[in-house]
Amino acid sequence: MSEAGEKNVRAAGEARRVGPALGQSSPRKGRASAELAADQLAAPALEARGLTLSWDQEHVVVEDINVEVASGEVCCLVGRSGCGKTTILHALAGLTTPMAGRVLLHGEDVTGRPGRVSYMLQKDLLLPSRRIIDNVCLPLVLAGAKKAEAREKAAPLFERFGLAGCELKWPSELSGGMRQRAAFLRTYLMGADVTLLDEPFSALDALTRVDVRRWFVDVVAELGLSALVITHDVDEAVSMASRIYVLAGAPSAGEPSHVAGVVEVDRVESENFELTDEYLAAKRQVMALLG
Amino acid sequence: MTVRTEPTRARRIATPLVTILALLAIWQAVVSVGLVPNFLLPTPVQVVQALVEDAALLASHCVATLAEAAAGLAVGVALGFVFAVLMDRFEGFYLAFEPLMTISQTIPTVAIAPLLVLWLGYGALPKIVLVIISTFFPITVSLASGFRSVDSDVIDLMRTMNASRWQIFWYAKLPAATEQFFSGLKISATYAIVGAVIAEWLGGNEGLGVYMTRVRKSFSYDRMFAAIIVISALSLALMKLVELAQRACMPWKRVEGNNNDR
Repeated sequence: MSEAGEKNVRAAGEARRVGPALGQSSPRKGRASAELAADQLAAPALEARGLTLSWDQEHVVVEDINVEVASGEVCCLVGRSGCGKTTILHALAGLTTPMAGRVLLHGEDVTGRPGRVSYMLQKDLLLPSRRIIDNVCLPLVLAGAKKAEAREKAAPLFERFGLAGCELKWPSELSGGMRQRAAFLRTYLMGADVTLLDEPFSALDALTRVDVRRWFVDVVAELGLSALVITHDVDEAVSMASRIYVLAGAPSAGEPSHVAGVVEVDRVESENFELTDEYLAAKRQVMALLG
Repeated sequence: MTVRTEPTRARRIATPLVTILALLAIWQAVVSVGLVPNFLLPTPVQVVQALVEDAALLASHCVATLAEAAAGLAVGVALGFVFAVLMDRFEGFYLAFEPLMTISQTIPTVAIAPLLVLWLGYGALPKIVLVIISTFFPITVSLASGFRSVDSDVIDLMRTMNASRWQIFWYAKLPAATEQFFSGLKISATYAIVGAVIAEWLGGNEGLGVYMTRVRKSFSYDRMFAAIIVISALSLALMKLVELAQRACMPWKRVEGNNNDR
């Protein structure tokens, strides 16, 4: 990595500490977490235990989902459209409370509590009325930072996120790939080390998608983040994840989805991982599990 | 295949101008030749003469009408804003008032104006109330639908950022509603002038509507037309003003025009 790159990552580390400092943790909670520290080192970054979810507290959509994402790992949850992927994402993000099961973040129970993990969707959801820098600063501003100081925190990250020179542009002036990078920078500035992504790159055209995916995997590794990517796209899953959870089931036909199998991807170093035997082997396994 | 090009700015201005001048020329000719008797229809030249002669008087009536329209519009916008926020915040409020809004828009202002004069007298109040009634609804409806136009995923995203209800409103809903708000405001601005004039017809001491009833009674139709021109000009000026305000409030819209081929 170049010297400039290293500097950016350090800047990134500094910006990340902003999140909790801006009011998420109280001194009291700090002590409790110090006692838990030993446990937390061993605990996965994100864990879902026996998650059972419903659309309306009646129709069970997914049943007994167990997922683990270790620190610094990218995992994928793959399933066909309509199998309840977004329902799972909402529960993991704490936007909904599950019928049964728990969501643990570094061993801490965060079931039904939003704002603890960062979150990114297929749609970039940039606010058209805010400049790019103010869009990516949104999580800082919402947490109480002044506009100017938030901008100062975000500005050094633009280069690493491939957005140099776009700071003062409006979202409508950026290409789809750029907008998605901006959305990821905003996600990153949410300050959580665990990121949930819902089909993050499937709205992009094929070539851009491959580039942005590779870039994403690099950045996640570089910044030491953990990510759970939810997608229906087998290629997206295999090209990004080290472990893939395959969902099967048809909730609309009264058959709740469950984890049909877990595929470990052997991520060999290669210029074109997408063309290796390991890639194809993993893809074959996932497709077999999807049925 | 021919390439469709945008008409130039000069052409966009010149073409309607020529049409208007041609219509005025025909109008002048029809009356001069005697196809329509002059006591029924003044010529454009006579109208302009009347406009110049009565300029000072028209200006003072203009001020009265504008004041009523502005006061009514301001209250209408404020009320509409409060209503729209309540409709957005409380579903029950939305369900209760949404159909009422639509129904109320079908009631002709001309029909309620005499009642207002009857109840509120000949002063400025009935005029302002009529303007409020006619501007309140377009504002409420446009703002309410603007607030609802926010993608529910944006709201979810902001919730994961621990945004408060107020923050979601301020950062997502309000900006999302600006475009529709300004379309509503443009309609409301023209309604405001027309509403004030209609209320003035039915009684009062000053305003363009009062002026119009007076000149009609003295059969000076040239002055009638002069008043009509002034009312149109006022409405156009107000619409332009709203457009300028919109441009100032929505800087991000200015770049979108050059970027449609993305």
